[in-house]
Amino acid sequence: MDEKALQEVLMELSRTAGVSGQEGDAVAVASRCLQPFVTKVERDRFGNLIAFKQGEETSDPPFSLVLAAHIDEIGAMVTKVDESGFLRFTGIGGIDPRVLLGQAVEVHGRNRLKGVIGALAPHLLTEKERQKELKMEELYIDIGFDEAQATEQVRVGDFVSLAQAPLAMQAGGCISGKSLDNRAGVAALIVCAAELAGVRHRCNVYFTATLQEEVGLRGAITAAYGLVPDLAIAVDVTHGEWPGLSYPEVFELGKGPAIGLGPNFHPALTRSLEDSARENRFPYQVEPVPGVSGTDAWVFQVSREGIPTALLSVPLRYMHTPVELLNLDDLLNAGRLLAVFARRLDRPFVEGLKCI
Amino acid sequence: MESLIKDLSEAYGPSGEETLVRTLLEDLIKEHVDRTFTDNLGNLFALREGPAPLLMVSAHMDEIGVIVTHIDEKGFIRLAPVGGLLPHLLVGQRLRFKDGTVGTVYHEKLKEIKELDWSKLYLDIGAESAAAARKRVEVGDLACLHQPFAVLGERYLGKAMDDRAGCAILLEVARRLPPELPRSVCFVFSVQEEVGLRGAITAAYRLNPGYGLAVDVTRVGDTPEAPLMDIALGKGPAIKVKDSSMISHPRVRGFMIDTAVAAGIPYQLEVLERGGTDAGAIHVSREGVPSGTLSIPCRYVHTPSEMVDAGDVRHAAALLEKLCATPWP
Amino acid sequence: MYLEELSNLPGVSGDEGKVRRAIIELLNGQPVRVGSDSMGNVLVRKEGRGGSTRAMLAAHMDEVGLMVISIEKNGLLKFKAVGGIDSRVLVAKTVRVGPDGIPGVIGGKAVHLQKEAEWKKPYEVEQLFIDIGAKNKEEAEKYVKIGAYVSFDTGFAALGDGCCLGKAFDDRAGCAAILELLMEKDGPGFDAAFTVQEEVGARGARVAAYTLKPERALALEGTAAADTPGTAKEKSSTMLGCGPAVSIMDRSLIVNREILQQIIKAGENAGVPFQFRRFTGGGTDAGAIALSREGVKAGVVAVPCRYIHSPLSILKESDYKQTVNLVRAWLESLA
Repeated sequence: MDEKALQEVLMELSRTAGVSGQEGDAVAVASRCLQPFVTKVERDRFGNLIAFKQGEETSDPPFSLVLAAHIDEIGAMVTKVDESGFLRFTGIGGIDPRVLLGQAVEVHGRNRLKGVIGALAPHLLTEKERQKELKMEELYIDIGFDEAQATEQVRVGDFVSLAQAPLAMQAGGCISGKSLDNRAGVAALIVCAAELAGVRHRCNVYFTATLQEEVGLRGAITAAYGLVPDLAIAVDVTHGEWPGLSYPEVFELGKGPAIGLGPNFHPALTRSLEDSARENRFPYQVEPVPGVSGTDAWVFQVSREGIPTALLSVPLRYMHTPVELLNLDDLLNAGRLLAVFARRLDRPFVEGLKCI
Repeated sequence: MESLIKDLSEAYGPSGEETLVRTLLEDLIKEHVDRTFTDNLGNLFALREGPAPLLMVSAHMDEIGVIVTHIDEKGFIRLAPVGGLLPHLLVGQRLRFKDGTVGTVYHEKLKEIKELDWSKLYLDIGAESAAAARKRVEVGDLACLHQPFAVLGERYLGKAMDDRAGCAILLEVARRLPPELPRSVCFVFSVQEEVGLRGAITAAYRLNPGYGLAVDVTRVGDTPEAPLMDIALGKGPAIKVKDSSMISHPRVRGFMIDTAVAAGIPYQLEVLERGGTDAGAIHVSREGVPSGTLSIPCRYVHTPSEMVDAGDVRHAAALLEKLCATPWP
Repeated sequence: MYLEELSNLPGVSGDEGKVRRAIIELLNGQPVRVGSDSMGNVLVRKEGRGGSTRAMLAAHMDEVGLMVISIEKNGLLKFKAVGGIDSRVLVAKTVRVGPDGIPGVIGGKAVHLQKEAEWKKPYEVEQLFIDIGAKNKEEAEKYVKIGAYVSFDTGFAALGDGCCLGKAFDDRAGCAAILELLMEKDGPGFDAAFTVQEEVGARGARVAAYTLKPERALALEGTAAADTPGTAKEKSSTMLGCGPAVSIMDRSLIVNREILQQIIKAGENAGVPFQFRRFTGGGTDAGAIALSREGVKAGVVAVPCRYIHSPLSILKESDYKQTVNLVRAWLESLA
């Protein structure tokens, strides 16, 4: 898959709504993109998307690799339709009320409705009001309806997604948009699947798009339990460079994906991932994680009797905003690295992981 | 259901020491189900056999309480909370132990009420020495709030409505279910919900159900200057969309709504910003269990006087009965 | 006593290899079955009286420590804590860095160079660096890799009236106690788990319990004692010299009533002194084990240790010995 094709896939994924708990549309796009490269595509009992690619290992039982990226995005949910037809809401996932002011949204009611999170004109505010902390409960969504029309269209519990079309930047091979955390990871899975199409690899591969990561890694809990893989790699995003912050709080864009190091990750698996990158001249960075990784890797590692787990992260700026920004090369390199890694997996290595 | 709720509300069962309330529940439910059993954590299961897949219906039988951490030379007892209990609610409040021992809570001298925290509180059971106190109470013993049940018109007031109201609904439904069921139903009276949905975690693992339902109380927004929440007492049970532990499965939620509408049962839709129920544990058990929660609106949750509406309870029971007796899509 | 050997080994959460190998080595030739898993837990089965009760003892091999997160131009190492460490204790301590145990010191800006407002505040982690003496980044990179684990460099020693001083008594004390029970001839049978990653969320115990499928379990811990000047007894949690601390509840577990009664009765029958842990915070492996599969009846018995989660702690040998006695008495009571 080339950069052009990847850009199209990523932009379509970014454009599509898929707030935690209502990921259906995004899953449909990912499913369509993965379909041509895999043996079969299905959804598990929780709703996680699982695209299975048969390997060539003939011994019984075969061994399997899970590549997991969460497909859900942060958003909001309606908590009340008020007397004037305005919608009050609560956040889903870690959403910062400050970025919501003056933001366009889509309300998933009886129909899909355009809405805006209003910001009063500065003329109407006192200096003091402009300085004070912004709270979610002070914000509301304006859908341009009165109460009767609004109640007809919208109910408590309806999902709200950010409405932001993705933007192909002129410079630097970058893309900006909503939900690149973690449609980027899903796109990396698609790159990997495309790379593996028609080439030999021994392991069975499950490309897994997990649900509800942003509200507590929930989809990954059930996916890990159900798939029982021999090893797993979570693919997610990490923070991109920013003035005043330095490595390893932030990572350079364009210098490759970051491989996680720390208690959450199996040391031999991490080493092998690094070796794969070095041997194939893929740029990569390393990300020391002394404790909780906060990614699907965290739950994969301790599923059942333990699953050797690693983490690959794509640097991204402005996380959890509608203008997340990343470099396409990093994404391409992440997907290709996963593919070369999958191809070098053999049974002795996998057996070696079981007893360290 | 009034006397049932009274008995359950007044029963003793803080998280971790649910044996008394479990015995009461087991006696009440066993003749209405095929069999009952318990597990290592103390969950009570009451199973109605039928075709697969199994529907797990969970209400927690534990309540918030306190644990004894120290008994001093004079017989005063120090406490730590079990579950989300605020220390200022305990000042002047009576507590009761498993053997019926009662005591009252007060605090050390304070400059300002702001200084009140758990380390300043003590329990006085009227013992004049450590030895006398230790005849009745030992470190590690658990106590619950001691508060009588009351009927206020159409409303019930008492401790532990969270979640004995839910337990009462499960009992009532178990009594009413027809002899033939479209699928097996297991009523679970879970332990240790108040300290992190712990009983439901192991109960769901054991049952490996096809569907999960929790019946629990939820907060309301219908009191003076309440936090924004579109739930009121007396407008029917609530069908949960989301809380901090779960986003309800759309198919389960949809079926609950359709069932309520078809039966003419009033309902409200609930988005709870903070809090969770057993369904939060059930829905991520093993490979995942499509789950939902039926909530009973409740004022003053986690205080000695929790208030629910009799009509909401009746309607919740009617809806749960339909959900247990109707084939699911 | 195995405590000295185990305490002196580095074993920060995620890097327990040296402790694991030492334990496996010590068990070599013993009539027990030893295995390990992909996270690095050591699982041991000892046959014996009461062996059918499926009781599990767990102690964690890992300790709190540090991780190198980047290397500065001047060769100083930037680090973060692994597990819960009070950042005030870090300044001016010696450490061992990476798999080869490169010596290092934790340095902060000299007090002479600080303004008054600065020296009135404790050092924060961001103001401290590990110095291995390297003259620049290039030289440091010869010795240290990013992601390297760093442990405190405190040697075990005897002090005072039957006390020991050392690092990582939380939870090498528990590991040593289980080892003693495993080595005893004719002792009761049980399954043991020497677990990894307790300090970052009881992660090893969770998978160990899933594998072992116990019916009941005890975590053996080193727990905080605060019997120090200015602390009232009811706030001391545990005290040195009063025997093992029996937990009633913590953040992760309400101790199973049956297990609690069994421990109390076993202690009373065997004449083993014990105390209750008067603190309901903190968490242990027992919390994770209790929620494994269909649920496990679980409790915690601990050796009181002053100053845990710091470079050095103190315990009393008699407390340690009585902990072994209490746990043995409990196991025997199950038979």
